[in-house]
Amino acid sequence: MTPLEPITVSHLHHPAGDRFGRCERQPFVEVDQLSLHYRGKPAFQDVTLSINKGCITALVGPSGCGKTSFLTCLNRLTDLIAGCRVSGRITIETLDVLAPGLDVIQLRRRIGMIFQKPNPFPLSIRKNLEFPLREHGVRDRRQIAQTIEATLRDVGLWEEVKDRLDSPALALSGGQQQRLCIARSLALAPEVLLMDEPCSALDPLSSGVVEDLIVSLRGRYTILIVTHNLAQARRIADDAAFFWVQNGVGRLIEAGIAKQIFEEPHDPLTAAYVSGMRG
Amino acid sequence: MIETPNQSWNLREWLAFASVWGAAVLVTVTFCWLLGDIIWHGLSHISWTFLTAPPENAGRRGGIGPILVSTGLILGVCLAVSLPLGVGTAVLLAEFTSDTNLFGRLTRRSLDVLAGVPSIVFGLFGNAFFCKTLGLGFSILSGGLTLACMVLPILIRSTEEGFRAVPDNYRLSAAALGLSRTATLVHLLLPAAVPGLLVGLVLGVGRAIAETAALIFTSGYVDRMPESLLDSGRALSIHIFDLSMNVSGGDANAYASALVLVIMLLIINGTASWLATHSLHRKIVTV
Repeated sequence: MTPLEPITVSHLHHPAGDRFGRCERQPFVEVDQLSLHYRGKPAFQDVTLSINKGCITALVGPSGCGKTSFLTCLNRLTDLIAGCRVSGRITIETLDVLAPGLDVIQLRRRIGMIFQKPNPFPLSIRKNLEFPLREHGVRDRRQIAQTIEATLRDVGLWEEVKDRLDSPALALSGGQQQRLCIARSLALAPEVLLMDEPCSALDPLSSGVVEDLIVSLRGRYTILIVTHNLAQARRIADDAAFFWVQNGVGRLIEAGIAKQIFEEPHDPLTAAYVSGMRG
Repeated sequence: MIETPNQSWNLREWLAFASVWGAAVLVTVTFCWLLGDIIWHGLSHISWTFLTAPPENAGRRGGIGPILVSTGLILGVCLAVSLPLGVGTAVLLAEFTSDTNLFGRLTRRSLDVLAGVPSIVFGLFGNAFFCKTLGLGFSILSGGLTLACMVLPILIRSTEEGFRAVPDNYRLSAAALGLSRTATLVHLLLPAAVPGLLVGLVLGVGRAIAETAALIFTSGYVDRMPESLLDSGRALSIHIFDLSMNVSGGDANAYASALVLVIMLLIINGTASWLATHSLHRKIVTV
């Protein structure tokens, strides 16, 4: 694995004009013939997908077609699930993600994950950001304070919480908690962000705020987002991948530029799904 | 439809009312009577001298100084052994073995059985193993270790429940942030599991401090001031037992000692719940 750059604030600073970064169509994560079995039963099979650097890739499809399972393969969270077997190949740049001896702790620093339900730790707002930083070897108090401020500004939470950093994170509203969780991931300066329906547990207003935040991260992070909200996928995605269940097994039906998937899908299943006729 | 009160309904209602309240009052009155009796007979004998002086004339006169010291030492040995062992086992059972793991299931089942074993059996085991086999004799060390064996099942099971009560998404999100299992355990799971640990501790210590049967055969009867952990020492509960059963004219001091024991229990309970609500807030903050 390539040595990681130290976590620095410069990662997070971006000139105001470049607020909305651009997605370059350059493959960053390559997934080849990926399959996942739970206790011998396949969840999804033979997914081959190329994810572009700095782009927002939306994974859409009905429930139970393996989108979330697919995400958890990328940061090897599947290791925690007993009876789960992953086969195939995932590479991030030159890194072989599924290699047996891989340092998953470093991998998960490069790949942040945001869950459906906001899950801040039952600590103070400050500690939520400080604890992962310290565990990843950032000891300098000033640097920690700078990173906390920069990431909280990044997610638009700084003005709301700067006077109560030591109050419980669980006292924040759902939307604020989710933004704090995003900040917590960003603090570790990841390259890829996996988002598992990050807006679906939020009220419409907070959902909009988080959606805008995700758009603002385009260009700086490679984002994979699972969403059931097709309208949202249309609004924010650069690329899209459509999953469907065939004979009880999840499969990738079609992937490509979002505009094409949503407007001129090649596959009839995709066409039926995005037009709302099925799924 | 709302039932209109009539005579038979009223009678049934009153019967239910009377039996429920009657039961509650009975329990409360019994407890208050017990406590009141102890306070009534004991309070006048409690003084600083009583708490510090050695017993005289087989405990009829004098105080309970050495007995308090022995009790404290026995409890200290018990906690020093059972806390690390208990938390360690609970961590292993809750975090590192799955529910279906044979070893885990066997351990849990054994602990549940052990928790229900009468204390006299622990006393006999302690006497055979610690006093004789390990050659520790009748000593505070033997007594404390025997109590630790008795407390461990309760402590482990309730600490384990404490760990299981921690939501899984803490573990998942910690893993997704690339935090090691050790860091997750120390900084998130352990503080979150402390309430369960405290419940086990209060139950366990409550059982230990009031224990008589297990200590008679292990820490012994001697009411001198202990000079080391290998000395025999008389625990408070044994002192009360001895004064009320074997020493005629020892009732007054037995009452006073019982009152001290009750106060000690109340202090331990109060400290534990204070710890649970106050000091922990610095570490774990829930709403």
